[in-house]
Amino acid sequence: MTDTTSQPIPERQKGNLFQQLELDLRLLGMIGAFVILCIGFNFLTDGRFLTPRNIFNLTIQTVSVAIMACGMVFVIVNRHIDLSVGALLATTSAIMAVTQTQILPHTLGLGLGNPAIWLITLLVGLAAGTLIGAFQGWMVGYLSIPAFIVTLGGFLVWRNVAWYLTDGQTIGPLDSTFLTFGGTNGTLGEATSWLLAALAAALAIWGIWGARRAKAGHGFPVKPAWAEATLCAITAGAIFGFIWILNSYHIPKRRLERMFEARGEVMPEGLEVGYGLPVSVLILITVAVVMTIIARRTRFGRYIFATGGNPDAAELSGINTRRLTVKIFALMGFLCALSAVIASARLSNHSNDIGTLDELRVIAAAVIGGTALSGGFGTIYGAILGALIMQALQSGMAMVGVDAPFQNIVVGTVLVLAVLIDIIYRKRVGAK
Amino acid sequence: MTRNPKRAAGETPLVEMDDVSISFGGIKAVDHVSVDLYPGEVVGLLGHNGAGKSTLIKMLSGAYQKETGEIRVNGQTVDIQNPRDARALNIETIYQTLALADNLDAASNLFLGRELVTPLGLVDDSAMEAECRKIMGRLNPNFQKFNEPVSALSGGQRQSVAIARAVYFNAKVLIMDEPTAALGPHETQMVAELIQQLKADGIGIFLIDHDVHAVMELCDRASVMKNGELVGTVEIDDVTDDDLLSMIILGKKPGEEAA
Repeated sequence: MTDTTSQPIPERQKGNLFQQLELDLRLLGMIGAFVILCIGFNFLTDGRFLTPRNIFNLTIQTVSVAIMACGMVFVIVNRHIDLSVGALLATTSAIMAVTQTQILPHTLGLGLGNPAIWLITLLVGLAAGTLIGAFQGWMVGYLSIPAFIVTLGGFLVWRNVAWYLTDGQTIGPLDSTFLTFGGTNGTLGEATSWLLAALAAALAIWGIWGARRAKAGHGFPVKPAWAEATLCAITAGAIFGFIWILNSYHIPKRRLERMFEARGEVMPEGLEVGYGLPVSVLILITVAVVMTIIARRTRFGRYIFATGGNPDAAELSGINTRRLTVKIFALMGFLCALSAVIASARLSNHSNDIGTLDELRVIAAAVIGGTALSGGFGTIYGAILGALIMQALQSGMAMVGVDAPFQNIVVGTVLVLAVLIDIIYRKRVGAK
Repeated sequence: MTRNPKRAAGETPLVEMDDVSISFGGIKAVDHVSVDLYPGEVVGLLGHNGAGKSTLIKMLSGAYQKETGEIRVNGQTVDIQNPRDARALNIETIYQTLALADNLDAASNLFLGRELVTPLGLVDDSAMEAECRKIMGRLNPNFQKFNEPVSALSGGQRQSVAIARAVYFNAKVLIMDEPTAALGPHETQMVAELIQQLKADGIGIFLIDHDVHAVMELCDRASVMKNGELVGTVEIDDVTDDDLLSMIILGKKPGEEAA
């Protein structure tokens, strides 16, 4: 007890190892499921699943859905749903494809390969996504049309706006700088990746100790120092381990030769260069961090969760829940456009079917990640892990050679099972 | 007769709701009702379910907007469009439903809509928890579940969070909508003591309650409503339980009965 409080603070209770570390049991369960899944596939594919190459591919395949899943967490936590994200991705992708291949170089006469093209395209796409999202949010918030209906309509509208804009044709190749957002065409190389890992680890540790200081400053109980140190070590270890794996995937020799030829140099004999961290994955990590900070440490995030927990209470507390809805859908639209950048750059062109069924993958990722459809609960890291688990399942089964129909049957079953397990878990925790 | 000294001195009331009305779908939920409240006074609002007590008070707390009439705070006409406006006028409400976000902890609920932030503009959870511990230490010293969502709390604990939220922000006018409905005897006593304490601090309180005995015990005056209309406002010291009951049930003021 200190001077700052008149309420006695109880002594910290000693518990088992997990309680002392204060780790999220649900998170541990999901990581456990993911690890078992990966090891299982690795066994079935004779060690091909857990190679740097496959992990690298898995990561860049997950990014697009994972970014949108982060936004979907906010939408679902706020007791809404967005069925239009895949279609919105297609529309923003189409807008950007037309902007960078026709409008900017030809109509405006910047010429192909102009260095400003990628930036203008990016800004146009992100603005379009945000505006469309805000418009849908306005219909939900101010016109009180259920989000299910607004976005079901949006699903049909934006999918076909994309078609109309491109006449259904595949548009490519996209601007060469724009392609660096896609994955294999844009990686940071080994040195920069290591540097970023060190920076990220330092930031993470600074964050953990900062939170501890803030708690201790008010005289609240804190974890034992060893637990905090262990947490720091695990975090740093995970960051460096991840970068180490990505750095161990070497650029194929042919490709490397072509890169040297393009610069007019000759490749030194026996040179091995790792890909390092893809730009798209760096964007996902940034989105995840920013969205987590929004969720936990900003008023905007606090209001999203409060409104999801009890909309009437939020309204009576003076929260403008209508404007909040617009902001949430605008953010979702922004993230759809960002995903569109990454998805179209990864495919190196805009195709008419881009983002098809993504709305379902995104919702499934958020739900597998522990976001409750009844609102009020959900985490960003859960949704990303959910997206990873789905992608791992999908590509793992493809590698094992499971028939296509069975792949979707399994993914569907896993979705329902994951929610069942979550319900049972919540009941157990609630009953205690 | 212990009349409120401020009112006796003819001072300006803290709150005047003058001739206010509101209707829903053609039905007059509140029909030209006038009530007032002085500092350090508790005014009970009585009436059957659907008499319009809660609706009347929601126009003051900003949940509904009045259609006609005028609301004055300290003699100034005010325009209360939403709960934010009411809060800005230091009018705080404890709703019958408590209006808590069940998925958030006590401190988050206490500061909902008015979060403490760090210089960077981020929500300062540690500071809010510290403040929450301070006020709970005063209101409910047994309260300990600071890091759990309020869904895990008992009825009395939830009530104390709702009360803390109203009291913490220097309320001048406090609206309590059936504050003891969900409480046991011990907690009811706690609320009664709190009302006395707040009254002594010069806060004006509107107390909505079904329990005539509680009103007789806690209030200085009582306004009785029936079918959206005001039956009358009486000094508690001038009436008996039975007088109040007949006002509620028959809609007649004690004087009218004799006449």
